[in-house]
Order: sequence, then structure tokens, then C-alpha cells
Amino acid sequence: MGIESSLGDGYLTTKIDALTNWARSNAAWPMPMGLACCAIEMMAFAGPKYDAARFGSEVMRFSPRQSDVMIVAGWVNYKMSHAIRRIWDQMPDPKWCIAMGACASTGGMHRCYGVVQGCDNFLPVDAYVSGCPPRPDALLHALMKIQDKIRTEHSVKLDT
Amino acid sequence: MDLELSDSLKKVVDGLSSDFSDKFIEVYQSSGDTFVRVEADAIVQICRYLKNEQHFIYLTDMLGTDRFTSEERFEIIYNLVSLRDREHLFVKVRLPEEDPTIQSITDVWKSATWLEREIFDMFGVKFENHPDFRRMYMPEDFDYYPLRKEFPLLGIPGSIELPSTTPDTE
Amino acid sequence: MQTKHIKDKVDPKFFKEHQEKLYQALEDKHTTVELLDEEDPLGTQMVLNMGPQHPATHGVLRLILQLNGELIEKAKLDIGYLHRGVEKIAENKTYQEFMPYTDRMDYLAPYSNNVAFCTAVEKIANVEVPERAHYIRMIGCELARISSHLLWLGTMVMDAGAVSFFIWAFREREKLYDIFDNIGGHRFTISHSRIGGVANDLTDDAIAMIKDFVDNFPQELKDFHDLLDRNRIFFDRNREVGVLDTERALEIGATGPTLRGSGYAYDIRDFAPYARYDEVEFEIPTRLEGDNLARYYVRMEEMHESVRIIRQCLDKLPKGPVRTDNAKQAYPSKDEVYYSMEGMIHDFMMTDTGICPPEGAESYHAIEGPKGELGFFIQSDGTGHPWRLKINSPSFKNLQALEDILDGEMVADTVVIIGGVDPVMGDSDK
Repeated sequence: MGIESSLGDGYLTTKIDALTNWARSNAAWPMPMGLACCAIEMMAFAGPKYDAARFGSEVMRFSPRQSDVMIVAGWVNYKMSHAIRRIWDQMPDPKWCIAMGACASTGGMHRCYGVVQGCDNFLPVDAYVSGCPPRPDALLHALMKIQDKIRTEHSVKLDT
Repeated sequence: MDLELSDSLKKVVDGLSSDFSDKFIEVYQSSGDTFVRVEADAIVQICRYLKNEQHFIYLTDMLGTDRFTSEERFEIIYNLVSLRDREHLFVKVRLPEEDPTIQSITDVWKSATWLEREIFDMFGVKFENHPDFRRMYMPEDFDYYPLRKEFPLLGIPGSIELPSTTPDTE
Repeated sequence: MQTKHIKDKVDPKFFKEHQEKLYQALEDKHTTVELLDEEDPLGTQMVLNMGPQHPATHGVLRLILQLNGELIEKAKLDIGYLHRGVEKIAENKTYQEFMPYTDRMDYLAPYSNNVAFCTAVEKIANVEVPERAHYIRMIGCELARISSHLLWLGTMVMDAGAVSFFIWAFREREKLYDIFDNIGGHRFTISHSRIGGVANDLTDDAIAMIKDFVDNFPQELKDFHDLLDRNRIFFDRNREVGVLDTERALEIGATGPTLRGSGYAYDIRDFAPYARYDEVEFEIPTRLEGDNLARYYVRMEEMHESVRIIRQCLDKLPKGPVRTDNAKQAYPSKDEVYYSMEGMIHDFMMTDTGICPPEGAESYHAIEGPKGELGFFIQSDGTGHPWRLKINSPSFKNLQALEDILDGEMVADTVVIIGGVDPVMGDSDK
């Protein structure tokens, strides 16, 4: 959005911003990095009882090129961390990350040699969800927080 | 030592002690399970005998233990099942700390392939004549053997690398 | 394909030695399918990497397939992307502290893992468990089996193409989650079993919910049967796909429904019964063909048998305590802890030191989990921490069988075969 930045900080840019943010927040397609038990709760989050589709996460896109939000669900191994980082790099901007569960946030109950103590050691995380595994309602709450975060972003309006 | 063995297990133990008397070290029971300790260099013949003659056709599990003693540090335990007689038998071998090596039994039971790789990964015990000798869980670049007692629980910092946080410029 | 061709084509960005050895092992693997001659003008031979992250929702499994057109010549599996070192953690925790880790192993049926661990510790430490606790454990295990098979059904049929099955299976699983929520407070990783019994009794509410589920579930199963049993598409996708012969199945170490779909009626509930399974009647479904369809039938019939077992358990449920009274072996009840001094001291000792099996004792105990034989081998050194705890995980052995099954199959069937073998990576990667 380069040419609009010359329009400066006015009514038009804030309205374009609001429009793009409204569109992005209500269509945040998750990329499920479902590794372990939290993946089952993530499947329940997409399932019939706690429906994620009504929040705009209509499909779980397993291809990083087609998704916006990466949900890291489960403990991250040192061996797997490289693969996750590669997938994160392949996701196009704008992108956000949810660290679901205690294991993805801080390593959880697994304090040992194989587990990275928190996926924020190599990923920029936007929302942390606690729980082992967190209820799907908690994950919906995290998704709503990400939506709030998206709505306050600036893409067109200059941030001076 | 008084052992309460069933008839079929008694036959097995008698057969082992008579046919392999020089390799057979001891037999004992613990919590209802029967353990037989043998010499490490005769393991392939003993396994073949147990499979063909005594009908132990299923290898359920193989595990390694670190006894943390100065001699005969490592122990390998084979968990055999006889479906016909409904019995479990545990065969044990002990290996020294310096360069622990043992023959692989993948010719006898193919299910030993991955189990032996796991023992190599975790303890460093080498298996000769193994068809695919690599590590199982940790990447090949890892230099240590995690389940040895001297390896710390939290790992050794720097032994395995994390990805870089600046994206590749390709 | 020559050795140097593989090493030139592979350009790893991380763990260079690991990737090179893996591709070299693929190169060296024994081929059972005839190779075409070396000339490959159309470029039909390639090495395909189904990386650790792929949509077939079975966790992080990496497959490296050498393809000749659509035919898989050789396959290699790379596991360890979910390895945590649970066996090393166990050496530093007391037996009761280790319970939540067993939940997270086979995370589709956590109740079974709890019961497996508790029965193993009870065997080595010689702990008596009251009757009511045995029956509650059996009910929990069978509910967990139904839950795991429902997820298998949902994901395998979704991988075969019918996506709406996933939603129906999850609707049934939500009912089971409500039952587990009522029993133990958590939706699935409950850690309800304790050494010496169970944590708390089943309320009348919970029993009513279980009865309700058991009355309505056979109708749902019948609906699933009607949809899939005579479905031409399902048959064509699964018949004679992923065949595991009877002789090879036992040799390669398959276990659980994979082994029973190939002809051996080896079920630990029948082989070495634990927890009053010898007092209830059930059949062991077995099939001889060894293909994916056989495994489908085995698991569907197992769900029927589980419902039958739960009904018998609910009828036979005796009254009584749910945990043994011995203070050195099991936690005292919460009443005793709050209102008496000895109760509090015993609670503290159990949490601090825990149960101490005799020094030098070692034992092995296995149960029949939904994926197969789940066993724990414990070596004790007399303290409250085990010296060595080895987990005999069924998915590890089934994945070894999978490496054998995939040689000679079509690449489009890979996902359905993985679904049919049903591995759980948390279990196989300990």
C-alpha cells in the first residue's frame, strides 16, 4: 500500500484502514500447527460444538501460503522447531501467531532436553493461551483477542 | 532358589540350561515375571533357539538400562512372548561400559530393527550386522546419548540448535 | 539412482548430517519391486518428502518415498519430531507425579494410559485395588477406546474424502467429553486413576450420563455402518490396499487392530486379563485379509464390543471404597486429610516420597489400549523414583509395520493407509 501513504493522515486513510482491518479480522484463516494433544482440542475448536467458522476462521488451511494465523498447538521439539520456522517464513504478511497451551507458551510440564521451553524462542507470538489442554472456549477467546489486535493496526494511515 | 514356573516355562528354562549351559548365567523371578540372564556373545543362537524350538515367536519389546556400575554398565532386556503357551520371558544381557557392542537379532525377529536403533540412540550401544543403523529420535548431528545417567535432564546447552529468527534471504 | 545423485540433489538447510544419512538409508533400502532401467527420459523417478507438517492430521510424521511414477518403490519413516524424553523425566519424578505424563502419550485415549501405568506400579509394589475401582477403570478404558476409535473413523474417512464424517465423529466425541468432564473434571486428559484405585467415585449423575450414551450410541454406529459398509467408493479405496500378510504381521511386530486385522487374535484383555476383564464377556474381532478394510471392520466391531462391556460393568458395579486403605501405598481420602492429623501426614508423605516398591524389583505389565499393547517395564531401586521406566508403545511398532506396508503401494493411497494403521505420534515418539 505505497501510493496511499502519500495521502497522509486523514479521513480517507483511516476509513480505508478500518475497512481493511475489518476485512482481515473477520477472515483470519488459521494454519493449524497441530503437534500434540492440543491439536485434538483445536479439532474440537473447529468442530460442531465450538464452531470457529462463525468467527471467520472458515477453513483450516494447511498450506502456509493461504493462511493468516498460525496456531502452535503442542510442545515444540528442537527437531521440529526448524520445520515450524520454515513454515512461518513461508506465510505471507500480515500474519499472527497463537501459542496454544502451556507447552507451546513456556514448555509446560516438559522441562527436559528435548523440548524448546516456549515457542517464542524462535517465533514472534501474539497471543498465549494457558491450559493443558485449553478448552476450545479459551482458544476462541484468543482468536477474539487476535481480532482485536488486528482492528488496531495501521496499514495505510501513517503512524507518526 | 525356589521358582514358581509354569510347566511350559519350566521346559524352556530346562532346555536353555541344558543346551546352552556355558552361556546361561542365572534365572530368577521378580513380581511374577521370569528373567533369564545369558552371555552377550551367544544371544543370536539363544534367540533362534527360543523362536524355533520353544515357540517364542513374538518380540514385544527391547530395552536398555544403565546400571551405573563400574563394570557391566549396560543391560539389554528382550521381552519375548509365546502366543501358544501364553507366556512372557525376559532375556537379559550385560555389556561393559567401554565400547558396548552386541550382535543384532534382526535376522531372528524383524521387529528388532527399530527397537535396536532406539537403544543405540538413547544409550550408545552398537549393534553389529544391523540393516539400517542410525539414530531413532534425536537428529544425527546430536553427539550425546540422552538416557545415560550422566546426561542432565535439561540437556546440554548448545548441543542442538534452534532455528534463526531472521528469515532466510532467498 | 546413484548415491552421488541423491547427495547432490539434497540441499538441507538444517540438520545436514541427519538429512544426508536419512536419504542414504532410503537409497540403501532393499527393494522388493523391480526397478526400471537407469534411463529415465520422462523423469518419472523422484524422491518425495511428505514432511513433518502435512494435513493428514496424524501428528508430525515424516515420510520419504522413492517413487516410480505413481508407485512407491521404497519408503522410509523419520520419527522423533515429537520426542520429549519422557523416560528420562520419569527417573526424576515419583510414581504418582508421573501420571499426567502418561496422559499425554496416547492423547486420544488418555484414560487407558493412566490405567496402564497404575496397574504396572500396582504389580511391582504389590498393591491391592478394591473391586469398585476395577470396574470404574474398565468403564473408563472402554469409553476411551470408543473415543479413540471415533477419532480414527473421523480422520480416516475424511482422508478418504468424506469430510462430513469428521464433524459427526466429533459430535459423538463431545458427548464423551461431557462424561469425562463429569467424572474427573477435565475433558480428556483426566489422570483419574490413582495408584491403588481411582481418584473419586462416580456420581449418580455420571452413571446416568454413561447409561444414556450407551443406549444411544449403537444407533449412531448403525448409521455409520449403513453409510460405509456397502459404499462402493469406500470399498474401492480400502479393499486390498495396504495389505499386511499374516506371517509378516507378527514378524514385523504389529500390534493391536493392525495385528488383529491380519489374523492373530492377540488381545491382552484375553491373553493376560487385568482389572476384572475375565469376568465380563466379550469377543475379539479378527479378520484374515490384512488390508485396510479389515482394519476398519476390526475397529468398528471393537466399538460394539466396548458398548457391550460397559453395559455389563454398569450392571455388575459393586459398592465399596474406590481406593485402597493402606497409607503407604495410596493417597488417603480428602475427608481424612482435612480432618485428621494422620491423614495429613500420610498425604504429605505420599506426595513427597510416594510409594516405594522393593529394591531390585522389576516387572512388566501391559494393557490393551485402543492402538495396541501398551506396556510399562519398571525397574525399581527402592526409592520413590523409578530407576528405569520403559514404555512399550503400540504406535512405535505399528509405524515400523507401516514402513513395510508402504513398499509397493500407490502414492495416492498413502494417506488412507496411514489412517488405517492409526498412529499417534505422542505415543511413538515418547
